[in-house]
Amino acid sequence: MNMNVATAVDEAPPLLSIQNLSKGFAGVRALDDVSFSIRKGEIHALLGENGAGKSTFIKVLTGVYSRDAGQILFEGEAFHANNSGHAQSLGVSTVYQEVNLIPTMTVTENLTLLNQPRRFGLISPRKAEQRAREMLERVGLNIDPSEQLDHFSIAVQQLIAIARALGTKAKLLILDEPTASLDADEVSRLFELMTELKAQGISIIFVTHFLDQVYRISDRITVLRNGQYVDTYNTAELPQSELIRAMVGKSLDELSKDTGAESRAVQDTLFAIDQYGKQRCLEPVDLTVARGEIVGLAGMLGSGRTELCNLIFGVDSVDSGEMTLAGQSQSIRSPKQAIDAGMAYCPEDRKVDGIVAELSVRENMILALQAKRGWLRPIPMAEQKAMVEEMIDRLSIKTPNMNKPIGELSGGNQQKVILARWLLTHPQLLLLDEPTRGIDVGAHHDIIEIMNELCEQGMSLLVASSELEELVVFAHRVAIMKDRRKVKELTGSEISQQSIVAAIAQ
Amino acid sequence: MMNLKGLSINPKIWGPILSLVAIIVIMGIIDPGFVRIEFKDGRFYGSLIDVLVRATPTAIIALGMAVVIGTRGIDLSVGSVVAICGAVAAMLITETDLSFASVMVLSLAAGGVIGMLNGIMVSYIGIQPIIATLILMVSGRGIAQLITGGRSVSFDSVAMDIIGSGMFLAIPVRIWIAAGLLLLTILVMRKTAIGLFIESVGANARASRYVGIEARLFKMFAYVFSGICAALAGVILIADVGIAEINRLGLWLELDAILAVVLAGGSLNGGRIYLGLTIIGALIIQTLTTIIFSSGVPVEYNLIVKASIILAVLLVQSPTTQAAIKDLNMKRKGVRT
Amino acid sequence: MKSVVGKPVIKAALGLAAATLMSVSAMAELTVGFVQTGSESGWRTAFTNATKAEAEARGYDFKFADAQGKQENQIKAIRSFIVQGVDGIVLAPLVTTGWDKVLKEADRAGIPVVLVDRGLDSDPSLYVTSVGSDFTMEGAMIGAWMAVETEGTCDIVELQGAVGADAAIKRQAGFANVIENFPGMQIIASQTGSWSSTGGKEVMESFLKSIGGENICAVWAHNDNMAIGAAQAIKEAGLQPSEDILIASVDAITDIFKTMADGETNVTLELSPYQGAAAFDALEAHLAGEDVPKRITVPGGLFYPETAAEEYARRK
Repeated sequence: MNMNVATAVDEAPPLLSIQNLSKGFAGVRALDDVSFSIRKGEIHALLGENGAGKSTFIKVLTGVYSRDAGQILFEGEAFHANNSGHAQSLGVSTVYQEVNLIPTMTVTENLTLLNQPRRFGLISPRKAEQRAREMLERVGLNIDPSEQLDHFSIAVQQLIAIARALGTKAKLLILDEPTASLDADEVSRLFELMTELKAQGISIIFVTHFLDQVYRISDRITVLRNGQYVDTYNTAELPQSELIRAMVGKSLDELSKDTGAESRAVQDTLFAIDQYGKQRCLEPVDLTVARGEIVGLAGMLGSGRTELCNLIFGVDSVDSGEMTLAGQSQSIRSPKQAIDAGMAYCPEDRKVDGIVAELSVRENMILALQAKRGWLRPIPMAEQKAMVEEMIDRLSIKTPNMNKPIGELSGGNQQKVILARWLLTHPQLLLLDEPTRGIDVGAHHDIIEIMNELCEQGMSLLVASSELEELVVFAHRVAIMKDRRKVKELTGSEISQQSIVAAIAQ
Repeated sequence: MMNLKGLSINPKIWGPILSLVAIIVIMGIIDPGFVRIEFKDGRFYGSLIDVLVRATPTAIIALGMAVVIGTRGIDLSVGSVVAICGAVAAMLITETDLSFASVMVLSLAAGGVIGMLNGIMVSYIGIQPIIATLILMVSGRGIAQLITGGRSVSFDSVAMDIIGSGMFLAIPVRIWIAAGLLLLTILVMRKTAIGLFIESVGANARASRYVGIEARLFKMFAYVFSGICAALAGVILIADVGIAEINRLGLWLELDAILAVVLAGGSLNGGRIYLGLTIIGALIIQTLTTIIFSSGVPVEYNLIVKASIILAVLLVQSPTTQAAIKDLNMKRKGVRT
Repeated sequence: MKSVVGKPVIKAALGLAAATLMSVSAMAELTVGFVQTGSESGWRTAFTNATKAEAEARGYDFKFADAQGKQENQIKAIRSFIVQGVDGIVLAPLVTTGWDKVLKEADRAGIPVVLVDRGLDSDPSLYVTSVGSDFTMEGAMIGAWMAVETEGTCDIVELQGAVGADAAIKRQAGFANVIENFPGMQIIASQTGSWSSTGGKEVMESFLKSIGGENICAVWAHNDNMAIGAAQAIKEAGLQPSEDILIASVDAITDIFKTMADGETNVTLELSPYQGAAAFDALEAHLAGEDVPKRITVPGGLFYPETAAEEYARRK
């Protein structure tokens, strides 16, 4: 089908064509038989959830990783880049999500760093600045290139990065999540530039999580899932619900099977936020959680799930809205305040924000409770051991002993320790962001069990997840996030994978 | 049983201790006089006792350094703090009629205040530790000269003599002081939650924030503690000879202290703090110095010999070497079976 | 013929007159710049004060620069004196190298430079003379004292200054030169005490252990601080410093007189802080067109326990 679509629209040979590309890491297939093609002057969106293989694809294409199998044709000839610099000299440039410019250098220096104009073998500053101006002109920037890079906004830095990537001879531009940290106006500006580049005949691979942006700007869409090629579509002909189904990987029939957990009588509201939001991060959101209720936060990656959790827990500070917890108005500016108010939070990135790898299972587990008690009131060792032992037993954590560094445990057991860490603080509201990501099936099942148990005991849970089948099983209510907004709320029997997908696609 | 298990599982802890023992044993074979300890005039007498006595200032400073490094920081100013606080103590003794206790309290407080300034710069203003403490490292000796008016200050004080070279139960007083400080530090770190919090902040600052630990407060505590340790070392150093020689007091001690922490297996990237092993690290450094002094190595080779042996110790302890040794053993076993 | 003979005579006469005129005006109001190393010790401060007093007594316009222990500051100060057009510069160089360029600048500006205290490694034509106590001579004087005191038989331990320091190398050499002549005298151990009391004490402690106090006849310390430390180590080993083991050192810092008065060391040697007078003499002579020797030694003096208490009281 994909070949049909690709060839039906334009018979001209593609600028870049990739056949049967594969790449494995230590036995895991990160890319499995992926094909892809892009025409001259086309904006082609590359989509997929986390772990779909998008970044591996880009890195194999630009020679950061070597490929195991497959063929890449660029302008009809075999293409083999050794590294991203080499790829750029061949006409394929990448702008990564984290702008990899040097903040403390001037714009000119950043633009001409790898290609210093020389006079008699010496760098010529005048020439360099002139060249920088020309490069900036191409992206429509009228700024002083002698100024230091970090004096400019992220959006302008992004454009400067594109200017550098374009250089003099880029034919294919790869933009990896370019809009992740831009506001609406800045996105529009970027899109204008992309349209203009397209008119100049430059092809763009656009990697993003924002589906509406895909529809605004792209000509065609290729979807990857679990390292495999799903399909390529003409954007104009693809309904959004189809696209989401392609990304999530469920057929319509499968999606309609499960329905949500039974709705609870939502009388006893524990937690409520009213117009809670932050500029450039999250549009104001209203949300409530009742006692003993599990509220799911659904949405694709980048939809604002994690941002909402971070704002509620005080990791980030809101600039609008009110919060009430257990009938008291709260002003949360730091995790410490959130914890004192009776909240707990298992963050999405367990390794970076969750575990303290060098410390033992015991120390990791008591850390939050100890922090809550303060340094002057240490938990006696006997008590610690009793608590930790009980938790290891209750959550069936597999560890040889409680003094093992947590970094040496498996992902699932690490997650259980983090969960135990928070259960020890007896929170009223437990926030879980992707609690089952990257853990084995057994632990996965255990964690869902624990969540249900906690809710039976009257604890309130707010669970962000991209796994729809999971949300459908345990959530009493699901709030659906999209493009950093809450777009819909589903209750009880309304909850199904299908209805969630439909809400996201709307 | 539990203990034995503990011995077998953590080579990291045994590395520094075995290194120290190996150095002493080798030296003892070459020169039996080095390991001889006599009891003479109511005191123990011998090179190993000298090592213990001479290592005290470095060991005390290294304790503070270990805590600072645990927060993923570093304190380069300790050598200068030694000079400043030595100057303060000497001036208080010679120029005022304050009691010895007040002199001690004021001198240590001076170290604490300086440490607090470092701590504020690092944790509240956000200057990188190496820069923040470098400021004082460079300017500190100048400040010490201002305090004494640019001269060495000699003093007569019975109490200071006792600290410098006195004995209690046939063991030098300064060893008691160092041991007491070690004990106190272990108590504060392990019997309150401060140790846990500092290690947590050093090993993963972000995760620590998520569990509600006030990272800044504990970082600051570390620098204050380091300042007080340096002040105590300063008092001991001037008590040793009864003179505060500002120009040379505490010179390069910060480097020895950092080295002691590293020899103890501490990572400059923060995390686990090994207080007892830090003392062992300081003892390794001092043992080498004493060996060099008594072995007749020409002075030009002093530092080269010291550096080579320390490099050897670090190499033996490095994870890469350990892994290689493990590998080699496995292979050998593999061949045999 | 007549004219041929006459010309040099006239020239010489003119030259003499000019020189006389110059020196007369110079004597009246000489502007002299003094570039000091810093104020790192009491001795250095005494040196500065003595030089200032001497300049005042001579009615100089005296300009003083404290380099705070940095050569770059010294070079800056010399340049600034050149710009100010002083009549002469007195320099106490911190290090021995790196002076060529700035000395040439002074030379080109016609400003004579006199070195005090320490020498340096530039072409001798770039400075008038080097005034100083001679480190080698200091070592030799202590060596001679020890030879007399021990009647030429003594096992000596040496506490060196910082490794590679000019003073340490020369004091060591001067001492060695003298005791070479006495077959009964030898250095049995030598280590650096890094100029400090603590260092001296630590090294002496290990000597006492590794050699044995009864086998050591005398300590030769390159400065007083190390001698003070050594005396304590000896005391703590249960021996009597200055009796069981002789202690000789150099510098004559205030504290050594107290130690000496307590009967714990035997002799010290004073580097003269009064080098200013000799430097000014050399400068004036040079400006008057006289030949000045390239090296002027200001002798130091030995001090003994007999006068120590008195000296201590005077200097405190």
